[in-house]
Amino acid sequence: MFQLLDPAGRLRNGAKPPLDDEFVLEGLRWMMLSRAIDARATGLQRQGRLGVFSPVLGQEASVVGSAMALDPTRDWLVPQYRELPAMLMHGYPLHKHLLSKDGVVMTYFGEGASSEGDFHEACNLAGVVKAPVVFFLQNNNWAISTPRQLQSSAGSLAERAAGYGMPGVQVDGNDLLAVNQVSREAVARARAGEGPSLIEAITYRMSFHNTTDNPSKYQDPAELEAARARDPIRRVQAYLKGRGMWDEKREQEFEQAISEEIEAAIVKAQKAPLPNRSQIFDNVFAELTPRQAAQRRELLGEG
Amino acid sequence: MAEKTLLQGIREALGEEMERDERVWVLGEDVGKKGGVFLVTEGLYDRFGEARVLDTPLAESSIVGVAIGAAMNGTLPVAEIQFADFIHPAFDQIVSEAARIRYRSNGDFSCPLVIRAPFGGGVHGGLYHSQSVEAYYAHVPGLKVVIPSTPEDAKGLLKSSIRDPDPVMFFEHKKTYRLIKGEVPDGDYATPLGKAAVRREGASLSCFAWGLMAHYCMQAAEELEADGVSVEVIDLRTLKPLDKETILASVRKTARALVVYEDNLTGGFGAEVAAIIAQEAFEHLDAPVVRVAAPDVPAMPFNKPQEDAFMPSPERIAAEMRKLAAY
Repeated sequence: MFQLLDPAGRLRNGAKPPLDDEFVLEGLRWMMLSRAIDARATGLQRQGRLGVFSPVLGQEASVVGSAMALDPTRDWLVPQYRELPAMLMHGYPLHKHLLSKDGVVMTYFGEGASSEGDFHEACNLAGVVKAPVVFFLQNNNWAISTPRQLQSSAGSLAERAAGYGMPGVQVDGNDLLAVNQVSREAVARARAGEGPSLIEAITYRMSFHNTTDNPSKYQDPAELEAARARDPIRRVQAYLKGRGMWDEKREQEFEQAISEEIEAAIVKAQKAPLPNRSQIFDNVFAELTPRQAAQRRELLGEG
Repeated sequence: MAEKTLLQGIREALGEEMERDERVWVLGEDVGKKGGVFLVTEGLYDRFGEARVLDTPLAESSIVGVAIGAAMNGTLPVAEIQFADFIHPAFDQIVSEAARIRYRSNGDFSCPLVIRAPFGGGVHGGLYHSQSVEAYYAHVPGLKVVIPSTPEDAKGLLKSSIRDPDPVMFFEHKKTYRLIKGEVPDGDYATPLGKAAVRREGASLSCFAWGLMAHYCMQAAEELEADGVSVEVIDLRTLKPLDKETILASVRKTARALVVYEDNLTGGFGAEVAAIIAQEAFEHLDAPVVRVAAPDVPAMPFNKPQEDAFMPSPERIAAEMRKLAAY
């Protein structure tokens, strides 16, 4: 498993800092924003003010480190549902721009989804046509309540890449620097026309699947404790502290700014008008069929 | 005008649309050098090259998935599924993705995609080369469903489907590919989606069908003409959007309706046609709406006696027409 920072935030084997400190700080800001949104959104859900929510908790380095390897002006990011900071970073709707000749697609999924036949079909075809794709597998050990070992007897999910004629790499998904480095390499390879790659980021879902889930029914508490010791945010903070770029004052400043950003977003969302009933027919087709048009008129009481 | 087969009509539409618009391309199993197992795409590989005529791995879900991505990215893919029987692995991509992209992205993306597939039986295709699948897709809002029955329509409807801004399921009855010949107009033309064709005017009863069954209904109607029963035959051509007005106008005139389809009776698309007539033309009817369809058995058998027992035949359709006319 590729790693640059150990869990205490020290560079391994005396490696040189691979990234500019400002870039790492920017990554840390996205990770802290993600963690703060998780807490606030879960609270809002518990109050009945927000629908079902899936936290990113524990996977911040995996999501942020990979998304920061993309160029938002020409690449496509195709998320599933646990990549909120990546979506905030790149904007949503993601890109209306067409994929340019040297654009790259990065797609996210979990170890559970990698059991689906469509995963195999997509990797297989991408390998054949040398598609510029990065398959980013977040192995967070849980598909709702189903653990990693019940998904596959393969020792490493990254090794599956060999079957598709593409490189596969396993990376510490809680190491922002390592995730960013392997992602950059895969993006560069795709951009150069050398084809797809598979990245397996080993991380851990440190919260529930979503707000309807109760992991205490199936999760060993000791396992969660072990995961907390590998917290991706603490690791980056410790690293930056060692470089003289992080202290308590800075942490408070970050947290304050993030809190204000989230509160402003909540106010904005609360002010947004509810959708209109008639809009249920919007964007079904470029032009509604006669029957749909009649149903719409009926719904609106227009006979 | 020249006489051509239905298959030639489809091939011409593909070639002309690829010539007209470089965004149009085709993909599927064996569509390249071989030209497809029915030779529908024959010659396209030589004319347009492998970048626009893509032989894919044997994986229907990814054929459709790739076509969806390419459609969202500004191209106009025409995906071939080798047999409609093999489309089921792609059901999720079609129903959950293609049909909903415009809707779920609130119009930010669209999916101008055509999926072609040969369907239907009567060719001793057996369990895995004979299915009718139109009802599954006609049920899905966000999809259009087109089934041509003449060479002229095959060409004109496929052109309209390729030019349509939304996903279109284009089902071709494999028995009609070479069996059905007809005049195809020269030059560029597009047959609009959502318009049924009155193939034969009549006063005694209305008969509704699509694909091969439209031809069988014509044969049956000619047989009844000798008995003095005048049958109107309407080829629906597109199941979605459905030309309800033509259906209702015909029933108001004849007061009797027969709906013929090759799919299993229960839940087939003819049930929708029958329901519309029952609900919106009830007071004009002199007889119950009758459906002629395949029996509710799991598949079309390979052997001839049972294949014949499965497929509605011109004789069986004629017998039902006589009963309905005498009701």
